[in-house]
Amino acid sequence: MIAMPTDQRGMAFLDEVIEEVPGGERLLHCLQCGSCSGSCPNGPDMDYTPRSIFALIAAGQREKVLSSNTMWCCVSCYACTTRCPQNIPITDVMYALKRISLREGMATGTDAPALAKTFTGLLERYGRSFELGLASRYYLFNKPLSMLKMGPLGFSMFTRGRMSLTPTRIRQLDQLHAIIEKARQLGGAT
Amino acid sequence: MKYAYYPGCSLETSGAAYDVSTRAVANLLNLHLVELDDWNCCGATEFFSQDELTASAVVARNLALVGPDFDQLVAPCTACYLNLKKTDHLMRGDKKMSDKINEALAAGGLNHQAGRVQVRHLLDVIHADVGEAAIRDKVVRPLNGLKVACYYGCQMVRPFNDVDDSEQPTKLDDVLAWLEAEPTHFSAKAYCCGGHMTQISEPQAFELIRRILQNAADGGADMIACLCPMCQLNLDAYQSRVNRHFHADFRMPVVYFTQLMGLAFGVERKKLGFGKEIVAAGPVLERKLRTLQQVG
Ligand code: SF4
Ligand code: SF4
Repeated sequence: MIAMPTDQRGMAFLDEVIEEVPGGERLLHCLQCGSCSGSCPNGPDMDYTPRSIFALIAAGQREKVLSSNTMWCCVSCYACTTRCPQNIPITDVMYALKRISLREGMATGTDAPALAKTFTGLLERYGRSFELGLASRYYLFNKPLSMLKMGPLGFSMFTRGRMSLTPTRIRQLDQLHAIIEKARQLGGAT
Repeated sequence: MKYAYYPGCSLETSGAAYDVSTRAVANLLNLHLVELDDWNCCGATEFFSQDELTASAVVARNLALVGPDFDQLVAPCTACYLNLKKTDHLMRGDKKMSDKINEALAAGGLNHQAGRVQVRHLLDVIHADVGEAAIRDKVVRPLNGLKVACYYGCQMVRPFNDVDDSEQPTKLDDVLAWLEAEPTHFSAKAYCCGGHMTQISEPQAFELIRRILQNAADGGADMIACLCPMCQLNLDAYQSRVNRHFHADFRMPVVYFTQLMGLAFGVERKKLGFGKEIVAAGPVLERKLRTLQQVG
């Protein structure tokens, strides 16, 4: 018998993923048909396509999966999810893999986690966020050279009144913070 | 018809044209949109990548803020729409999760009873609740001759598949036809615009944008009508970068469907946010719609 690699809690990787996704048990029914990979607009840029990722998860290849760029290439278009003949919530599995990989510090070689952190940082600070302001802040702190490249684009957005320097602040920020803090206590990660 | 209205962060800044045109059109159609007081950001896709419970609680705060006089919440941004709807759906299906979310909300003195509020996309409200007769009735400046590629993107049609077909949706095409514009053949209508990929890996995003612009151009479209601020931003603001990257020459204006509705209803262009788009829509509109040359 082949020993299944497990995480610290002694749980098989497949179970770990299933536990993280609402409706995750459906993963047990993957047919390896490849409809998901064929539907994915970002398949060509992924280390492993969605179908391969599910094979690797089933095979307990935890490290390979969590350090891959696959889930970070996912843009939540749900094309795979609506086409999966087994109703596997594929996009939600991708979200779950992002969360586990972040938690375990295995998300390397991608800017996506930095973007996510900047965005939620703004949300927590103001209660609101925005797209391009987010980009400028993100680029400013992480990639000064990209910010320079973005210059004219930022400028034309600014002159058309489509970009502001800070988001609006909600009135009941304390209430939002209390909710966030409680949710984190109840089992969310930080 | 009275609805709670959730504009979302993009509509405050980069998607301001969507907000002003939505409010202008709603007024004319007797859609009473009441902005949700003190709403917060829905977290886009970013919060769910980090912590599901906290992300859901943050979204649920908005659902909990919908007052007892309202049972419907309308969102024009598809990312906001999906997050609000998905969170309510999650709470309905998963009692344990729902209890935890409510426990978090309680720390802020709030509670959300799953299923009490129906989350709707603006297009669905306009198509189903307002409907063809009322819309045709308001058209004073028909858009004949204007060829429009109707672009839906992802999150209004997927994963729920309940408002429209998930791959070849038609409701936006209907609305444009009621304005007497000509919806073009556009098979990429529900392809992905790349979402936040423009900020993570440009070459990857540029190819996704290119195939949509190409398909719209191949179908003979004068412009693209869209229903999401993220789609608008990617297709419009990044178009010149896409041109440079592929040595292409796209000049495809990308406007919100509500701007075209307002135009057909006779509202002045500057009251609809025209001019905020990077690839100018004005010259095409003036060339195609002769009536526009005389009025504003
Ligand atoms: S489409 Fe569904 S069943 Fe087919 S390989 Fe992908 S996840 Fe498995
Ligand atoms: S949701 Fe993600 S994995 Fe699925 S098709 Fe879209 S980008 Fe690919």
